[in-house]
Order: sequence, then C-alpha cells, then structure tokens
Amino acid sequence: MAHHSEEPQITVLPPDKEKIKKLWRVALIMAIVTGIEFIFAFTLEAGHLKTSIFVALTIVKAGYIVGEFMHLRHEVKVLYYSILIPMVFVVWFLVAMIYEGLSILGAK
Amino acid sequence: MSQAAVAHHEQEVSWNGGVSPMNVSYGKLMMWFFLLSDAFTFSGLLITYGLVRSANPAYDPASGPFTFSTEYWPIPEKVFEAVPFFHGVPLPLVFVGLMTFILIMSSVTMVLAVEAGHRMDRKAVEKWMLWTIVGGFAFLSCQAWEWTHFIVGTDVPTIQNTFGNKVEIFGANLTHNQYGPPAFADFFFFITGFHGFHVFSGVMLNFLVYFRTVQGLYDRRGSYEMIEKVGLYWHFVDLVWVFVFTFFYLV
Repeated sequence: MAHHSEEPQITVLPPDKEKIKKLWRVALIMAIVTGIEFIFAFTLEAGHLKTSIFVALTIVKAGYIVGEFMHLRHEVKVLYYSILIPMVFVVWFLVAMIYEGLSILGAK
Repeated sequence: MSQAAVAHHEQEVSWNGGVSPMNVSYGKLMMWFFLLSDAFTFSGLLITYGLVRSANPAYDPASGPFTFSTEYWPIPEKVFEAVPFFHGVPLPLVFVGLMTFILIMSSVTMVLAVEAGHRMDRKAVEKWMLWTIVGGFAFLSCQAWEWTHFIVGTDVPTIQNTFGNKVEIFGANLTHNQYGPPAFADFFFFITGFHGFHVFSGVMLNFLVYFRTVQGLYDRRGSYEMIEKVGLYWHFVDLVWVFVFTFFYLV
C-alpha cells in the first residue's frame, strides 16, 4: 500500500517466558484459594470462624489481583501507599456499621 | 536495546511538564485514583449490606430445616443453587463458582494482553484482547440468567402472612421477595447490578482498545499503554467480584 512507508518501524520483542509463567502461577494460586473457599463453604458451620476464614482468603486473593495483575506491588512506594492507606477508612466504616446493625437488632 | 527501552519508558510516563510524579503516566495515575474512588462506592454498598443484614434476625438452625421466610435473612447458598439445564437439582454455589472462574480467567487473558503490549506485539494483543472480551460477554450472559432465575423464582412459593392474609410470593422484585426480607433482593439487584454495569462498560472499553489495536493506532503512537489503563479497570472489576462473591454468596 502507498501509505505503508509512513508506518513506523516496530520492533516486536519475543515473549518474556519467565514473566508469563509467573502470571499463570498467580492464576493457579487464585484458583486454589477459590477451591479452598468452596471446601470451607460446605464443611464449616456458619459462625465467626467461617466468616474470618473467608475474609482472610478474600484479602489474599485481592492482594494478588492488586499486587501482581494490577502491578501495584512493583510501583514506587508513594503510589503504593497512596492507594492502600485510604482503605483504612473502609475498615473503620465496616466495623462501625456492623456494630450499629447489631445494636439495631438488639433494640428491636 | 536497553537504551531504547528506557527511552520508550520515558515517553510513556513523562507528563507535559517533563517530569512524572510517582513514576507513572498521567493517565495511569488518574485511573488509579478513579479506581480508589470506585472502591469506596462499592465498599459503601457492601458495608450497607452488612449493616442491614446484621440488623435482621438470622435463621435459627434449632427451629428445624431451612425454609425461605420473609421473617429472617436467608442462607445465601440456599438461594443461589440453580444451574441452567439442571432444573430442580440443588447445586449450591456451582453456577456462581463458574462465573468467578470466567472472570478470573478473563483477568489472566487481560494481563497477557498487557504483557504483549509491552513487547509491541500487535498480533498477541489482538488475540488476548479478544479472549478477554469473550470472557466478559460470558460473564454477563451468566448474570442475565441468574437475574432471570432470581426474579422468576422457584417452583414452590413462600407464604407471607400479612395481617392474617396468606400471600404466595414467587421470585423477587424491589418490594416482594420469596427468599427473605425485601432488603435482601434490593441489595442483590443494586450490588450485582452495579457490578454488572461495570463489567458491561469494561467490555465496551476492551472492545474500543481492541478495535484501535486492529487499526494500528498504538503502533503509530509507539506505545500500548492504553491497554494497560483499560487493563487496570478490568482487573478492578474482577477485584470487586471477589468481594461480592465472598460477602454476598459465601458468608
């Protein structure tokens, strides 16, 4: 084609085998964690222990998604903490609202 | 090659002032802060669910086997146990497990597209973006089926006693809900609906960057950073689903 000469010269680099292998390893870990969640879903009685295990495993999965897939763990520290520290408000909000909900139930 | 890679990085991250705060490009930083604000929105929804749930009585196993009642909060795995083509077979959490798998896989294909973009490999970007779009559509289709089932309801109605009148309730809408208190259905519609809307806009963005990759725009621009920015959004959608899965379906 006539305009082909205007196209820039693109150097395609070969696949980074090491990096791709690492990504699939993260995917495998997430699949295993989800599998463990399913096992606990059917074997444990509902209660604080079950909820705590689910919350812990969810945070593990969230860590892998944000840290590896979204690459945040490899960004500079300022960016890392700018995203992470505001999440403290969410933790506070969660604790406050669950406490509030239980009080409403108790007052009914 | 390493010098070229450094120059390439400079071109990607440098803002108009010539420096790059936090060593990322303007677009990527803004995407991060948008996602932070979006995380607050979803946190607000999920925490409100926690508030209303803990303010409602829970099912008491001592009162006999579990049945749906508008008097207490349902056990989620009893609500979400339907699978297409298996009518009447209770398969708790199987379908939602499939949806989780689809979304996590599409996150993996997205990150592979980003990796291909770093190498300026247009063909590989096209391939992985297509798989990501397919995953997004598959998830949305599953959600459409799940919503339909939730709205239409099960074969057996729940009897609600309203001032001595016995009313049969099939399925759920914003005011009536066979599975539990009306608030349970409201939160289902709002939380999974808001997430589904994010998935939908994610698929649209994925298609846009796929289309522009095919057009060769990113080759001409000399950078596939746009794939990365849209990728951040797509991973966020996956991240939110991980939380929705735990707090709506498992706990």
